[in-house]
Amino acid sequence: MTALPTPDADTFVIEPEGLSALVEALCHEGYRVVGPSVRDGAIVLGEIASANELPCGWTARHEAAAYRVERRDDDAVFGWAVGPHSWKQELMPSRVRLWRASSAESVEEEPPPGRPLALFGVRSCDLHAIAIQDRVFLEGRYVERDYALRRTGAFVVAVDCGEPGGTCFCASLGTGPRADAGFDLALTELVSTEHRFVVRVGSDTGREIARLLPVRAATDADLEAALAVTDEAAGRMGRRLEAGGLRDLLAGNLEHPRFAEVAERCLTCGNCTLVCPTCFCTSVEDVNDLADGSAERWRSWDSCFSTEYSYIHGGSVRRSPRARYRQWLTHKFGTWHDQFGTSGCVGCGRCITWCPVGIDVTEELAAIRAGDGEVDHAHAR
Amino acid sequence: MAAPASAEAPVRGAMTPVPHRVLSRVQETADTWTLELDPLSEPVQPRAGQFDMLYAFGVGEVPISTSGDHEGGPLTHTIRAVGAVTRALCALEPGAVLGVRGPFGSVWPLGEAAGSDLLVVAGGIGLAPLRPAIRHALARRDDYGAVSVLVGARTPDDLLYVPELERWRSRLDVEVDVTVDSAAAGWHGRVGLVTTLIPGAVVDPAKASAFVCGPEVMMTFVVRALLERDLPLERIWVSLERNMRCAVGHCGHCQLGPTLICRDGPVFPAAAMTRLLEVREL
Repeated sequence: MTALPTPDADTFVIEPEGLSALVEALCHEGYRVVGPSVRDGAIVLGEIASANELPCGWTARHEAAAYRVERRDDDAVFGWAVGPHSWKQELMPSRVRLWRASSAESVEEEPPPGRPLALFGVRSCDLHAIAIQDRVFLEGRYVERDYALRRTGAFVVAVDCGEPGGTCFCASLGTGPRADAGFDLALTELVSTEHRFVVRVGSDTGREIARLLPVRAATDADLEAALAVTDEAAGRMGRRLEAGGLRDLLAGNLEHPRFAEVAERCLTCGNCTLVCPTCFCTSVEDVNDLADGSAERWRSWDSCFSTEYSYIHGGSVRRSPRARYRQWLTHKFGTWHDQFGTSGCVGCGRCITWCPVGIDVTEELAAIRAGDGEVDHAHAR
Repeated sequence: MAAPASAEAPVRGAMTPVPHRVLSRVQETADTWTLELDPLSEPVQPRAGQFDMLYAFGVGEVPISTSGDHEGGPLTHTIRAVGAVTRALCALEPGAVLGVRGPFGSVWPLGEAAGSDLLVVAGGIGLAPLRPAIRHALARRDDYGAVSVLVGARTPDDLLYVPELERWRSRLDVEVDVTVDSAAAGWHGRVGLVTTLIPGAVVDPAKASAFVCGPEVMMTFVVRALLERDLPLERIWVSLERNMRCAVGHCGHCQLGPTLICRDGPVFPAAAMTRLLEVREL
């Protein structure tokens, strides 16, 4: 291992010790490094101080309504697909204080979070999810201040996916499995022969961090092996989705009989919206302290599956589970395009895995497509 | 990877209210009050059709349309006390301080309607968001052809702005017609839904624009009645309401199909909305 082979090399190789050096370098540079660990029977995200905390030798099995972590027979660090957490819990935490006030005349906004974030091990689907949330929170008429404070200056270490789960379908949407943009550094883990990581540089900041690592030049064999990992993974997606024309398909099928059918199974629990890496809906809570009379405003994750979500004077707009499931599905795959110029789905499959009754969006959308134009006369006006 | 260039956090977040002092408080009906507000720092200047988020300190925040002058004059909001926040707002005495965020949303297309007849149809509290548009048209009377204001309310006691309606009705250059759904003895005006006033309105459908605001079902039937009078759909605008938490397009609550009411509305061309309003629970 030597210093970076050429100062501007865009691709190089690190060994497992290099991965430790990367975590240490990011910590040393003052980042709050957030990465995956095995905890409570799941691969979850949290602050890490060392590469030893990464899920080395673990994998996970995904099916509709089923998730199990299991041992691998090798030491792969990233030999698993996405877990129940997504990076939105760091970029738009589930509950944050926006401001506090001792009176209506003195409102003090929450100070910016201290350390910048380093997101360690972001899959391609989740890179796309972050880009979608950037559109929602940063690229409209108004900038979401709290999101901007957390997002600005965040360092992203992406990881190409070599082990798609049983509910994954990023290959159908063009959102993976290979990280294509939106990272500072991207890793491809190679385990079949010598355990190593091919690293691609995605930004100047990434290059500066890379200079701190023990690296060797990437050979053609390294690069070919790295491409083979994602090419092979693309062929092993557990689910597939015909993504073309979904916006118009859904706009034209708001009274499709499938919505009543899926509502018989849907518990309206909101799990899908919580695990979804793009679902951005929040509620605003104003709370006050009875002791000193001060007030605070908090922003918390909300879900279109609750009846309160659509409440206006006189009652909720979407009372039936049918209407609430329709809202979620048609927003995610249809009206998201109208609102933000992009689909709201990245094919991560979390909503399928963590639906307690195993409702599968790919199956629901296929059913609507198969019955395009059918009308549920019991519900339609 | 750095966020897009536009990501710079703003100096003041869009979720942070600006303090305003209550200048006056006028009771309009049994449950509705109008507040005039004076900013303690930078002023909020909504245009006709837009709304502000009003924050009752320690209680909560609600979206309320502007109901004052289109340009100039104090910030004016007419509020119906129906929940904890609106009750707290309506109870504020002159001198009290509340928070205001805004202005948000789209405007009544007064410029686009200029040169044509103007038909304004209001149901209940829906007159409040329309008042700035009516005041604007009457202040620039020569910019418009015939102006007709049709007002419906549940009962005579629910009529808003009665002294102002009477002043408008005393003018010879504007038609003001009022009806109530039901009335007790002592009411000598019309009884019936506001849609019954549409066939007789003095505007020429071929060159009229219509602004409509009221309960959703009322707007659906008013649009139908206007189409029956051969008013083109593309000359009709409606103002819609949904749950709003952030008012800046970030919280998702106010979606109606492809729109975010706070961002794309609340004033919409009826052509964009009638199909959506026909879908139950959308």
